[in-house]
Amino acid sequence: MELLIKNGAVYDPVNGIAGDRADISIKDGKIVEKVSSGASVIDAGGRLVMAGGVDAHSHIAGAKVNLGRLMRPEDSRIGLKSRTKITRVYSGYTVPNVFAMGYRYAQMGYTTVFEAAQAIMKARHTHEELEEIPIIDKGALTLFGSNWPTMDYVREKNLDKLAAYVAWGLLASRGFGVKVVNPGGGEMWGFGKNVTSLDDVVPNFDVTPAQIIVSLMKANEMLRLPHSVHLHCNNLGKPGNYKTTLASMELAKQIKPAKDRQVLHVTHLTFNAWGGTNWGDFESKADEIANYLNNSDNVTTDMGQLIFGSATTMTADGPVQYANAKLLHAKWGNGDVELEDASGVVPIFYAKQISIHAIMWAIGLELALLTKDPYKVLLTTDHPNGGPFVNYPEVIALLMSNKKRQEEIKTLHEAVHKRTKIPGIERELDFNDIAIMTRAGPAKVLGLLDTKGHLGVGADADVAIYDIKPDQIDPSVEYAKIKSAFQSAAYTIKGGEVVVKDGQITATPMGRTFWVDATVPEEQTEIMMKDIRMKFKNYYSINLANYMVQDAYVTHPKVVKAGAIPVKVS
Amino acid sequence: MTLKVTLITGRTISQGVNLENKTSSDYMEATASCELNTKDIELLGKPKYVKIRTEYGDVVVKLKENSSNPSGIAFIPMGPWANAVVDPDTKGCGMPGFKGIPAEIDATENKVLLLKELMARYKQ
Amino acid sequence: MNVITDALCPFCGCLCDDITVVVEDNKIIEAKHACMLGSAKILGHCRLGGNNIETHHTIKEPMTRVDKNSNFKEVSYDEAINEAAEILAKSKRPLLYGWASASCEVHKKGLLLAEELGAIIDNTASVCHGPTGLATHEKGSPSATLGQIKNRADVIVFWGCNPVQAHPRHMGRYSSFARGFFSEKGRKGRKIIVLDVRKTDTAKMADEYVEIQQGSDYLVISALRAILSGHADVVPASVGGVLKDQLVKVVETLKTAKFGAIFFGMGLTQSKSRYKNIDNAVSLTFDLNSFTKFVITPMRGHYNVTGFNQVCTWETGFTTAVDFSRGLPYYNPGETAANDVLNRNEVDAAMVIAADAAAHFPANSVRRLAKMPLVQIDPHWSATTEIANVVIPTAICGIEVEGTAYRMDGVSLRLRKMIEPTHLTDEEVLERITQRVKELRGE
Repeated sequence: MELLIKNGAVYDPVNGIAGDRADISIKDGKIVEKVSSGASVIDAGGRLVMAGGVDAHSHIAGAKVNLGRLMRPEDSRIGLKSRTKITRVYSGYTVPNVFAMGYRYAQMGYTTVFEAAQAIMKARHTHEELEEIPIIDKGALTLFGSNWPTMDYVREKNLDKLAAYVAWGLLASRGFGVKVVNPGGGEMWGFGKNVTSLDDVVPNFDVTPAQIIVSLMKANEMLRLPHSVHLHCNNLGKPGNYKTTLASMELAKQIKPAKDRQVLHVTHLTFNAWGGTNWGDFESKADEIANYLNNSDNVTTDMGQLIFGSATTMTADGPVQYANAKLLHAKWGNGDVELEDASGVVPIFYAKQISIHAIMWAIGLELALLTKDPYKVLLTTDHPNGGPFVNYPEVIALLMSNKKRQEEIKTLHEAVHKRTKIPGIERELDFNDIAIMTRAGPAKVLGLLDTKGHLGVGADADVAIYDIKPDQIDPSVEYAKIKSAFQSAAYTIKGGEVVVKDGQITATPMGRTFWVDATVPEEQTEIMMKDIRMKFKNYYSINLANYMVQDAYVTHPKVVKAGAIPVKVS
Repeated sequence: MTLKVTLITGRTISQGVNLENKTSSDYMEATASCELNTKDIELLGKPKYVKIRTEYGDVVVKLKENSSNPSGIAFIPMGPWANAVVDPDTKGCGMPGFKGIPAEIDATENKVLLLKELMARYKQ
Repeated sequence: MNVITDALCPFCGCLCDDITVVVEDNKIIEAKHACMLGSAKILGHCRLGGNNIETHHTIKEPMTRVDKNSNFKEVSYDEAINEAAEILAKSKRPLLYGWASASCEVHKKGLLLAEELGAIIDNTASVCHGPTGLATHEKGSPSATLGQIKNRADVIVFWGCNPVQAHPRHMGRYSSFARGFFSEKGRKGRKIIVLDVRKTDTAKMADEYVEIQQGSDYLVISALRAILSGHADVVPASVGGVLKDQLVKVVETLKTAKFGAIFFGMGLTQSKSRYKNIDNAVSLTFDLNSFTKFVITPMRGHYNVTGFNQVCTWETGFTTAVDFSRGLPYYNPGETAANDVLNRNEVDAAMVIAADAAAHFPANSVRRLAKMPLVQIDPHWSATTEIANVVIPTAICGIEVEGTAYRMDGVSLRLRKMIEPTHLTDEEVLERITQRVKELRGE
């Protein structure tokens, strides 16, 4: 199978191409030097060509996503579409069904998406859903921050065992990376409590959130994992939490990366760049975070941009979700997982005239616009926490047009003027910046730059063509066109196959699931497993033999090798 | 005399054990029965079999003693005999009335229908 | 002889995963650790040499009949599948019901068939914990995995459920007697409260038994919430047959727990007020979290009734009772659940799979099913067989076929294949019916 995309205005930051006319040659699912004259041809006609979009943080599959659906039939009634000869039914807006999840990402030109949190014990469920999400490549980050073995090894300062546990946990969950959510807080939520600072001691385990974060960063680098530790900070959702966020970022300075990437990814800053001391003096501190990022090279972030309207918050941060449900008088889903972590689901409606929501809307944008290097701030909505991923085009348009932002600001609660910097920020991002924030950046942060996020030879043939002629449009003014073009790709090509044409699904191949197989010396694993076996004997409610995700649940795996020692070449 | 009761249905262990053994006499023994407390049984004159009537139908089952039941509460294990008399109304939420059905119980000489016979009634 | 360890028990929602099965000549001769219910399921009932297939209650061959009052004729799978497909393809409003005793892999095939047919698909939750789903729509679901409860709970409430009879190993493995990290003393370190309308075997083992007048659960929950929020003064001397003093005592126990768990069953879902009972119980749980940690978990009946709700939710957005007649999934229990459409006499053909509608639906619904073309897919001869036209026996999920099941707390586990099947699997049968339906419709 050969395909030639001719005459595109290509934005490929990794390869230094910024709007130049270039042809993309595709053979057998990969980008190649050139193709034969028999290749099928797509004439891009000067339209915008980028690598397929990559999302490093989205809640697309698993127990809490499905609880969100169960809790919200009113949401599932939005966006219904009948099946066609090619597609199954679509349902949902903030919590789409598995089919709509894949179709809608593909329709926006996205081809790779990572689920941001799975408990090992519930990973089988995550993979059951991932298996049914069509088209896109995907993977899932695994929660480690409140796991009992993690905390035991942190307390014992036994990094070898911790690394062995992380490697084994990734295997058990077929996970891609280390997710840490409100470290220590998940355990404390077991008795309805929470940690309030990086230095609080978690009872019975005698460790602090700071120690958990640092130790996991060390283990992560020992294992040379493709992705860094991916952190949802303590105190999320509380005014004044930007200090905790900065202090957490500061911890990264202790660690040297084992690979060419950050050592810490701090996620969805819309929820943790908050100043003030209560809801009355609540304000944005995105500028402080951006300032930190501008002077530091080992931390990356993502926006978690707020989208006005309906959203469904879902996170492993159990205590924050109870607080949310109480504050909002909303329905409350809670899902503690024995020995591992917590989780919660709460629906929310973001309103323009609520001061807190208006300020939160500004935070994501401020962060992206005040941080100089777009590689440090990925474009996300922390779907569906800030809002559903289908709104990425809205975010792109906001980032590319100050005019659009000013129009929007006029409709918002006045607090956006006094307690954010957004009204005075004139910076407008260009297509190259957007290509970084939605392609190259996430691929680099995930450690997948070899095959994802760019259009160089050897990359996966994941390509998006948008109905925009970059040399004939002024995004600052024509932001509506920008938004609609990114909503509905002219073409999405996944693994060399045209899956979307003119915004319509044309094929639904099965994507692959990325997971990381990290090698650890066998004796190290054996020593660690003694503890694990004891925990299963005494504390888990299932047997060890039934814990690990079986191969049957990952039918199209893409195994990324990592490890403390070089992998044997057979 | 006629005993007026509130009828509830539900699981029992022998109903569960014979759940996939429906054609057996064990299943019938496990489910074609009505539990009342001793006082209520005495009011009925300690019969072997009773006929239970509700607004929705009637059924004959074996009488069993269960002193755990408060007076006026009749329990029939879930299954085809109980369902001959439960309330089909789903009350706007899909769930029929399997518990809390007003019923009248009388002693009877009639025999308990076999599963096959009970089902045959529905085919007519 | 083959010994399979850590096998799952495919009977109740406890989904115990510590069963040791001994197999000899493709016959299961022993199921260690299983309770009475699990043993009955795994070993088969007649125990004729322990073979759970060659017993009288299983269906040997596919069978059909036109007149339901006549005897069945044994036919080939091809013939039975063709007949089933014809019934479903001809139907204007088919109902696909059951799914409790089948794996998630079967559910996926079933949902695909439902989409293809434009059918109504509903599972046994409809007559079990369907109202719990409705309450989740209203108030959410503050829950936890069973191990969290075993490790932490010092107060456990059983409301309208009777695990001694329905989930025999629940109290030992997950609740009353289970020992864990913060609960080394097991039963001695716990207070058990049972609320029910009669003194069940579970109630007899409680520290506190609260006998509620049948149908008064909603009132009692409301009274507990009033007392909890400091309004004991407005609560009358007796509520739903329970003295106020006892309610006050119960509230004291609940709010001073370190970790509390409420388990509830059909005593709440099937009684007067239906889903509103659960709605109120979830609110009580919510309220209790202002004082301490509390969770609430339904005692799901069949081993994979939860799994159907999970799969249906991620595939359609709705948990069950999904009507595809408009092409789109449409969900409105009260209108689209199996007994709703049967009561309204809308359905003109039905398929019952992995459940026994004729045994567990009210007479009115069974009468309707008995008068329409009816397909049954099941390993066992049941009440539904008695009123069916086409009967297709299949291999037993979790014994002869592996697959996925969801425990009552939403933890998914992999069912084992213990012995070789002698019949087609549900998956194969559904695939072939779907294929045939497409052919019949010229697709």
